[in-house]
Amino acid sequence: MAEEFKCLDEIQLTEDEQALLNEMPELGELGEARRKFLGQAAAMGLGAFAINLLQQQEVFARWETPEDALFAPVAEENAVAVKLKINGVEKSLSLDSRMTLLDALREKLALTGSKKGCDHGQCGACTVIVDGRRVLSCLTLTAQCEGKSVTTIEGLADGNELHPIQASFIKHDGFQCGYCTPGQICSAVALMSEAKNGEASYVSTNIRTNAKNIKLSDDEIRERMSGNLCRCGAYPNIVKAIQEVHSGKEQAQTWNFHKPEENLAENKEETNNETV
Amino acid sequence: MRPFKYERATDAAAATKAVSANSSAKFLAGGTNILDLMKEDVERPTALIDITRLSLSQIRSANGGVSLGALAKNTDTANHPLVRQNFPLLSMAILAGASGQIRNMATNGGNLLQRTRCPYFYDVAMPCNKREPNSGCAAMEGLNRMHAIFGWSEKCIAVYPSDMAVALAALDATVKVQDANGKERTINFGDFHRLPENSPEKDTNLTNGELITSIEIPKNNFAGKSYYLKVRDRASYAFALVSVAAALETNGNKIKNVRIAMGGVAHKPWRAMEAEKMLVGKEATEANFKMAAEAEMKNAKPLEHNKFKVELGKRAIVRALSMAMNGDKA
Repeated sequence: MAEEFKCLDEIQLTEDEQALLNEMPELGELGEARRKFLGQAAAMGLGAFAINLLQQQEVFARWETPEDALFAPVAEENAVAVKLKINGVEKSLSLDSRMTLLDALREKLALTGSKKGCDHGQCGACTVIVDGRRVLSCLTLTAQCEGKSVTTIEGLADGNELHPIQASFIKHDGFQCGYCTPGQICSAVALMSEAKNGEASYVSTNIRTNAKNIKLSDDEIRERMSGNLCRCGAYPNIVKAIQEVHSGKEQAQTWNFHKPEENLAENKEETNNETV
Repeated sequence: MRPFKYERATDAAAATKAVSANSSAKFLAGGTNILDLMKEDVERPTALIDITRLSLSQIRSANGGVSLGALAKNTDTANHPLVRQNFPLLSMAILAGASGQIRNMATNGGNLLQRTRCPYFYDVAMPCNKREPNSGCAAMEGLNRMHAIFGWSEKCIAVYPSDMAVALAALDATVKVQDANGKERTINFGDFHRLPENSPEKDTNLTNGELITSIEIPKNNFAGKSYYLKVRDRASYAFALVSVAAALETNGNKIKNVRIAMGGVAHKPWRAMEAEKMLVGKEATEANFKMAAEAEMKNAKPLEHNKFKVELGKRAIVRALSMAMNGDKA
């Protein structure tokens, strides 16, 4: 752990940052809690780049608001008290009635894994799991979550053991910039239980028959994941990542050269889910 | 978003009282539409009455049909064995709408009350008679590719966005509502939503404070031959350009009973009565489907950018009826 701190201390400051530090010397004194958090972040593999971003964020957060500022922060308006469970931990919050679950996670609880993409329910980047079901945290008021149990991307791994969907996304390169990934993964995790429960989709062929443990084709996965947009276009790999966990069968990587044809044909027959 | 008071309702009577007493109070259920509209400053309630804890989420068999609680989630409704078995048209329509996440949040009552996605309604810098009565209609001279071809007025050419409601219109559902005095009434689905006429700000015939308690679908014999076809700009998670809910009951190849409703074409789910009338007693052939579709669509009044919806509507009716006849999803 000591080595991690050494790394942090060695971050080179730009001229601007140095000037800022001279003006606001308190920035240089990292608090104990912050040090611990950064230590953990580094241990979890957050790069120096992200740490730098965190520092910048802190700088701006401490920026003094002019007295006559248009957007000066005010005390909580219409404050609501909410008790809810986040990743298994009971939390008591007091917040403005307007605060969405997404903002509460990010701004109140420092759980910034859930992302704000469009903030209008169109992109799925904010997807979290509430009481076992995937929902959009940007269109959920925290006030409505009294007594509910929320699972975010931060709560999926079991200690250092990644959730199978997380591991599969890494294996299949199911992302490029990574911004939509927490939402994609939460969505995919919930999708697994939806398939187990036999929930239908628009492309299901057997609407009238209820059967548990349905086997999803790639088309089914695409339809069921349509609420999660990926502007990098990592869709083929996302589908692979999910299909591998869902079917338990290894999926072909689409970025392989498409040769020899025979092997691909065999693979298709074996997995029976239009992988190739 | 403007500040509002949040209240959690404990019973339906208190909820309806709270909303009827304050004209700028609104019910809050799934929140998927109203919160978005509040972020856009289109809706500006001063109080939100959270009704999600009321016990109105039951789905149960009723007189051979089904009663859908107003607060049952769209996902639970679409996947309920009673609905999937007896009213697969409704399951298909619900599953054609939104995304898995949104269907997990959205309620049946809220689905009926969602507002148009006309971009001029959403853009507060634009005139819109629906958002602000008598301010004008920017869509009329604007980009109106997504807009109505039936039943529009000079005041408003917006379309109603729900898929679920199109199936409910076809299935002759009724809507049960309750007012602040505890008085209940039942509204036929065709009378629930309204055409814009001179007051497009009113989407439905509900009075302020009236709460939807359930949606009732009567028994029918359409289960084996029904289909919801949705045509849209992308394969999933998009609003309909045109959608068709089609249901058939046949005797041999002869049509005994038929229901056709369209989405994406009007200010409310559009029941294709003309086409239905023509088909009863006829053979279920593609030629007859075409004839009926032509008859229905000849009354369409397209706008500058949506003339394609007339031909698309015809083909969608024929396709949906054919798919229903094949028992494609049964």
